[in-house]
Amino acid sequence: MKTIDAKGVYYRDLNRLIRETINNGEREIYLKNVKGQYYICDGIKGKNIKVTIDGIPGNDLAAFMDGPTVILKSNGQDNIGNTMTGGKIIVNGIAGDVCGYAMRGGKLFVKGDVGYRVGIHMKGYKNLNPVIIIGGKAGDFLGEYMAGGILILLGLNAKDNEPIYGDYLGTGMHGGVMYIRGNIDLSRCGKEVGIKKLDKNDKKILSSLIKEFSEDFSINYDKIMSKEFVKLYPKTNRPYGALYAK
Amino acid sequence: MNQQKIFDRGIRNISGCGLVGWINKNRKKVSGEIIKKSVCLLNDRGNGLGAGFAAYGIYPDYKDLYAFHLMYDTKKSQNETEKHLKETCTIEHLEPIPTNPKAIKNSNPSLMRYFLKPKLAGKNIDTSANTEDDEVVKIVMAVNDRIEGAFAFSSGKNMGTFKGVGFPEEIANFYEIDQYSGYIWIGHTRFPTNTPGWWGGAHPFTLLDWAIIHNGEISSYGINKRYLEMFGYKLTLMTDTEVATYLFDLLVRKQKLSIKTACTILAPPFWKDIDRNNSNSDSMEKLRMIYGSAALNGPFAILFAHKNGLVGFNDRVKLRPLVLGTKGDTVYMSSEQSAIYVMCDSPEKVWSPKASDPVIVNLNKN
Repeated sequence: MKTIDAKGVYYRDLNRLIRETINNGEREIYLKNVKGQYYICDGIKGKNIKVTIDGIPGNDLAAFMDGPTVILKSNGQDNIGNTMTGGKIIVNGIAGDVCGYAMRGGKLFVKGDVGYRVGIHMKGYKNLNPVIIIGGKAGDFLGEYMAGGILILLGLNAKDNEPIYGDYLGTGMHGGVMYIRGNIDLSRCGKEVGIKKLDKNDKKILSSLIKEFSEDFSINYDKIMSKEFVKLYPKTNRPYGALYAK
Repeated sequence: MNQQKIFDRGIRNISGCGLVGWINKNRKKVSGEIIKKSVCLLNDRGNGLGAGFAAYGIYPDYKDLYAFHLMYDTKKSQNETEKHLKETCTIEHLEPIPTNPKAIKNSNPSLMRYFLKPKLAGKNIDTSANTEDDEVVKIVMAVNDRIEGAFAFSSGKNMGTFKGVGFPEEIANFYEIDQYSGYIWIGHTRFPTNTPGWWGGAHPFTLLDWAIIHNGEISSYGINKRYLEMFGYKLTLMTDTEVATYLFDLLVRKQKLSIKTACTILAPPFWKDIDRNNSNSDSMEKLRMIYGSAALNGPFAILFAHKNGLVGFNDRVKLRPLVLGTKGDTVYMSSEQSAIYVMCDSPEKVWSPKASDPVIVNLNKN
């Protein structure tokens, strides 16, 4: 394992150092004293690469990443996993706005709350199927224009009757699926979505993903599953198909 | 005013202004050094076309006088302004603002500060503070509107704004802001999008003790400007953020609305939310109807400091970032969480407020 001290290092130099270290064959990197450096781990490729981050990384952490695992020991900022293709990001704290934007594949697990516009326009591609799991609550526009993949919202830290999602949930959604723990108020959702009970296949997918999530954060699996989930799905795959044409 | 070439520092990919705020509720003061470091972390959010700071509690020796900060292009503009100030005010003390010109790359205007009191004698008014404030507003508007090459960029009591064209480190070193200690600080780095990068256009925008820094675009500027002009405000700074400063002055100082109500007017709830929430829909509906022209449209995150506290809030759909942190009696605000960790290693709580939900932090009463 190679330790890199990021204290006072400009983001370009830090990212060059990370890429060089990986190109030299290192498979495990520990970044310490990270404070606000943008674009960490962007576009890095390859399986069995693990990067652990101590500190607060700047925006666009692991954007366009394809394959590696990034473990953030505490909180993250905005745009985590922007357009990522593969690999996994684990955030042991809260995350900001627009995380998982246009994500194409891989997994983004956040232990706490996330900001606004998370998972907007996420989309699978061929055999890729992106997954976002949020342990806390989410802001407005969760999964807006979602075109594929799986988005799971748990709200484990919510107080009684506190809403775990904001307005415009799934507005413009035309692909993929959301599993929300607890009830759904359809007046806060986009017109394009419907709700259903989970079928056998849904339960199988959910159970396996929640198991992985519960192990990553040492949260009791049964506690998460003790509440019913609702499935949110797009009623049509072309919600605006007739907007400009008959 | 010195209008710099807008695009003289090359093209950058990262954009969006950077905000930092610091307040200690028990008026414990810190040096500007820590605020400088925090804004410098957000360096890449700006492009060197504007940075600035405001600090409260920095002029205890003159705390009952208005501290005017003036920038001048020429000796003529200075003479004309000083003539006007002498006519309208009693100047107790004046001096150049201490600066280190080596800290910046470009030239700077001449910078002076005046500790003064408006003359009220002969005017048909009482001597309440509000009337003095009104006189000060008139003087600031007159200087900025009528005297070419002069710009009053700070006019509050026991507070001051320091700003100019440059990166935050340059501007902080230029004004030597580590030499000031304050119990409220705001700091800004600017990325001007559709208005010029000039010395007066840097943030904060200050009138009396209202100081505002902003990230975003106020697309309702035209409507807000015409509305404010009806109340005698002159909008001369070629920058949208100016309207927010004067709106707070109008709503809170003149019309005596609460800060919470003023924020509701600036970022009003959507009609659908008014309909959904029956408990206060009537008053919300009235606010929207009466103050429609004061609503700010477009994306923004704003930090707004005043003599009694600091407020952070967002536009209605949260199109710009804002993060808060607390530790003990101190509250930290910023565009990015990492800048909070520059000011405080171990905040007790870190969170992002909901869209249009103002976080209002007040100083404890003495």
